[in-house]
This record gives sequence, C-alpha cells and structure tokens, in this order.
Amino acid sequence: MPAILEPPIATDAVASLTSITKRYANGVLALDDLSLTLRRGEIVALLGPNGAGKSTAVKLLMGLSAPTAGNVRIFGADPRNTDARLRTGVMLQVGRAPEMLRVREQVEIFRGYYPKPMPYADLVKAAGLEEIEARFFGQLSGGQKQRMLFALALAGDPDLIFLDEPTVGLDIEARRAMWTTIRALAARGKTVLLTTHYLEEADALAHRIVVINKGKLVCSGTPAEVKSISLGATGGTATSSTIKIIRCVTALPVQNIRTIPGVTQAGLTDTLTTLTTTRPEATLREMLALDPTLHALEVQSPALEDAFLALTK
Amino acid sequence: MSTTTLTFPATASRSLPQTLRIFLTETRYEFLRLLRTRSFALSVIGFPVVFYIFFGLIMNRGEHIGGITVARYMLAGYTVFGMVGAALFGIGVGLSAELAAGWLELKRASPMPPLAYLCAKCISAMVFGIIIVSLLTLLGITAGSVHLSLIEFVRMMALTIVGVIPFAAMGMALALLVPASSAPGIANMIYLPMSFCGGLWVPIMFLPKVLRHFAVVLPTYHLAQLQLTAFGYPSTGTALSHWIGLTGFTLLALGVALFAFRRLEQNS
Repeated sequence: MPAILEPPIATDAVASLTSITKRYANGVLALDDLSLTLRRGEIVALLGPNGAGKSTAVKLLMGLSAPTAGNVRIFGADPRNTDARLRTGVMLQVGRAPEMLRVREQVEIFRGYYPKPMPYADLVKAAGLEEIEARFFGQLSGGQKQRMLFALALAGDPDLIFLDEPTVGLDIEARRAMWTTIRALAARGKTVLLTTHYLEEADALAHRIVVINKGKLVCSGTPAEVKSISLGATGGTATSSTIKIIRCVTALPVQNIRTIPGVTQAGLTDTLTTLTTTRPEATLREMLALDPTLHALEVQSPALEDAFLALTK
Repeated sequence: MSTTTLTFPATASRSLPQTLRIFLTETRYEFLRLLRTRSFALSVIGFPVVFYIFFGLIMNRGEHIGGITVARYMLAGYTVFGMVGAALFGIGVGLSAELAAGWLELKRASPMPPLAYLCAKCISAMVFGIIIVSLLTLLGITAGSVHLSLIEFVRMMALTIVGVIPFAAMGMALALLVPASSAPGIANMIYLPMSFCGGLWVPIMFLPKVLRHFAVVLPTYHLAQLQLTAFGYPSTGTALSHWIGLTGFTLLALGVALFAFRRLEQNS
C-alpha cells in the first residue's frame, strides 16, 4: 500500500478515533484498527464503498455505538458526554422526522437544546429555509427535508458537525448553496466530517479525503494527494498536477507503452488506448515520435472517481 | 506552538432553567404533534366516547350494579379504556415509528436529555387521558344523570395521571420489541382483549369465571377496580392488592423495555 499522507502534528485535534475495532454482535467486523483525527477548521470527507464502515465510524464518533476496542474522543471527552454533545451538530440519514410539526417548530426544538444557539434568522438563511418555514415536515420534498435536517445540525452553532450524505436529493443549485455554507463554517474554525457518495462533492469541498474500505484506512490526504496515491505515483516528485490520463488511438502495443518513461498504467479497450503518466510531456513526445499515425488524442487530469475506483478495488 | 492548546473556549453548560425549558418544549410539541395527527387524536378520543354513549348511556335502562347506576359504573370502565388507548398508542406506536425512521437516533445524538423525550411522551398521554376522562364525565353528568362530587372527580383525575404510567411502560416495551410496521396491529391485539377481559366494557362480574380469574394478571382490571373504589364502589380485592398488581406490572414492563433496549444497542 502506498504511503499514508498524514500531517505530522495534531495539536488541535477536535475529534479522534484511535485504533478502533468494532465487531457487531452478529460477528461482522465493521472496523479494523482504524484511526482518524479531525482537526479544527477542517472539512474531511469520508469515502468508501457501501459496507466500508463509514456509518459505523460516524456512529462511534456520535457516541451512538461503543467500540469493541480502541478509544473515541470528542473535545477530549467521551462522545456521550453532554458537554461534548453541546458542541456537536449531527445530520443523519433520517427516513422521517415528525410529520405533523412545522419546519420552524422543529428548528426551535433543536435550538432549545443548546445554551448558545445560532440565531433563528441566520439558520433560516444558512440552510435555505425561507419559503418552507411554515410547512409541515410531511409536506416537504426530498431536498427540502434535507435542508431542514441540515438546519437541525447547525442549530446549536456547534464546533464539530457530522453530515451523513448531506446533499442527497438536492438539485444542483441547492447543493452548491449547501457547499457554500459548509465552506463558510470551516472558515469560522468549525470542523466538518461528511460522508458522501458524490465524489465530485468530496473533491470540491474537502480539505482532506479519508478513504476506507472493509473497515480499514486505505489512504488519507488532500483530494490531489489521494488522486496521485491511487494512480501509482508513489515517487516523491509527482503531484497530482503532473499526473495525466492520456487517451488515444495508436498502433503501439500496450506492453511497449508501459516501458515509456513516466507511464504507470496502460490498457486497451476496443481501439482506444488509455494510460496514466506522471510525466505527460515526455511520454507524449516519445509516443508521437514512435507512432506518426497516433490520433484522437485526449489528455485529462485524473478524476477522483478514477482514484476511488483504483483504491477500493 | 509547544503545548497542546485549548482551541475552543469551553461551551457554557446548560443551566437548570434551560434544561427545564427543554422538557416543556419537548412536551408541548409532542402533544401538538399528536393532536394534529388526526388518525391518532380522533380514534383515541372517539372510541371511548362512542363506546360510552352506546354501552353506558343508550343501552342503560336505569339499572343499578351493586348500588350505583350503570352510567356511573361504566364511566369508570370507559375512562380507563380511554387512557390506556392514549398511552399504548401515543407511546407504543409513536416510539416504534420514530425508532424505525432513524429519528430517535438523531435525537439521541443531540444534546437533548433522554428523559425529556420519555417525559414528553408520557405527559402527552396523560393530557390525552385527562381530555378523555373529562369528556366522558361531562357526558355522564349531562346525559346519564351521573352524580359526581368534586372530590370524586379529582380522585379520578389523579388516578388517570398515575394510571398512564404502567401502560406507558408497556408501550415502550412494545415499541422496542416489535417492528414498526406491525406495532399498531399488535397494540390493538393487546389493547382490545385486555380491555374486555379487564372488565372495562362489560362489568367484571358478568364475565365467565375463567376470565374473572385471569383478570388478576391484567393491569386494566386493577386500574378499573381502583377507579371504582374512587367512586365509592366496593371493588373485588383490596385497594392495596390493586396497587401491588399495577406496580408489579409496571416493573415487569420496564424490565422488558430495558432488556429490549440493551439488545438493540448491542446490535448498533
């Protein structure tokens, strides 16, 4: 496995999982020696295929579940501690909130839990509730429900916010509005942990991406770092800005392409050759020199999706 | 930076008045939610009222049972029937739905005191109980010429409030044991036979001997007998035996609920 890029010192850890193992009563091993630290002002995206252990990790951090082994700390305290919870906001995948309560009423209930809640008007603005305040939860569309649940997570103006699939069911405009709010929270020193299925979202939003699979940490780093790790750039010089994916139609056999300097992967589908390189200019120069018939050339920066698929294979 | 610094000022803890306000808010909105849920409010209030009109008032031909009028005797049974419904459906069915929807999990992850959630549900059921008992009493006085002293009325209300507790505990156990989709059905399967066999619909002495013996294990029976005692009707068994019966049942239900909750937690 490639090196894990973890900044060396964590003086301002807000929440941490230390060597966590979680085995359910039915014997399923959900987390296997996982460690994770969230720092102040940081947006962390937790990625992984279904069943990777994302929800388990989030549940442990929220104190809804106890680890089989290892240590969970929120603001230096047990996550069940009320003072820790007073500084934490949570958005979960909820099937249904009480349907016969209005959006305004539900927000007020949650604001009441905290000694210094976010002002109501600010919450309405941050979560985009302007037109739905007076509606019953049962009357809301899927995206509107998500927005209300987002408002509940922010109600206490918490320092640490857990968002489980926050933008599911939102249209593009609403999703971008939520991103803006999340970025503004981080800029104010709040820590945000989000799980998402939208890799584009993690790419656009997260300072740090943590990929887990089968309960284990696969890698952790900035979106650019994660992309470069997964695409085989383990050398010190390559950064994601130099990694490119090249697609073209060429007469060169794949095994020859693999020997060209910089090339880390190459493959042929139908007539199209796809390769990954850490030195795109050198690679291209050589390929063009070797094959004058090369055409349909396309050079791309790797998408997080490619990285994700490579990492969790 | 040489030492680990405290990065955030520690948040002020909640003061006692703030905590009390959470209990109040939680209760107010739980009651409002139930009141707005027409299917709940109408059936839970409607059934005992309609039953009492039929069996306590219309079918009543001025007979007496053990020295008190049928209208008065039946008032005791149907008030208990009403409050049991409010507790069993308000708490049992409500809790199981919120558990299944993941709502309870969000509440538990929030800084809400867990007791506020349970109190809100319990007190809401008590308020529904009070509404039902008041309506039935009003019907009895106006249409059934029931005479009720103020003391008797106050005793009845006090018993309504306390009487909700065993059934709240039972509703909680039910919600934690039974899947949400079958909770309303199972609640009915318990509620209706338990009401009949406890002598809430038909006076207990008119039931077959087997059922009369069986009634001793039913909380509905004990609560109805206590209600009758409050009306000055000599109950079968002593008041103390009924209190013991109710307490025992409550403890049993709480034990089952605790066991079921532990089991759920272990799998989460």
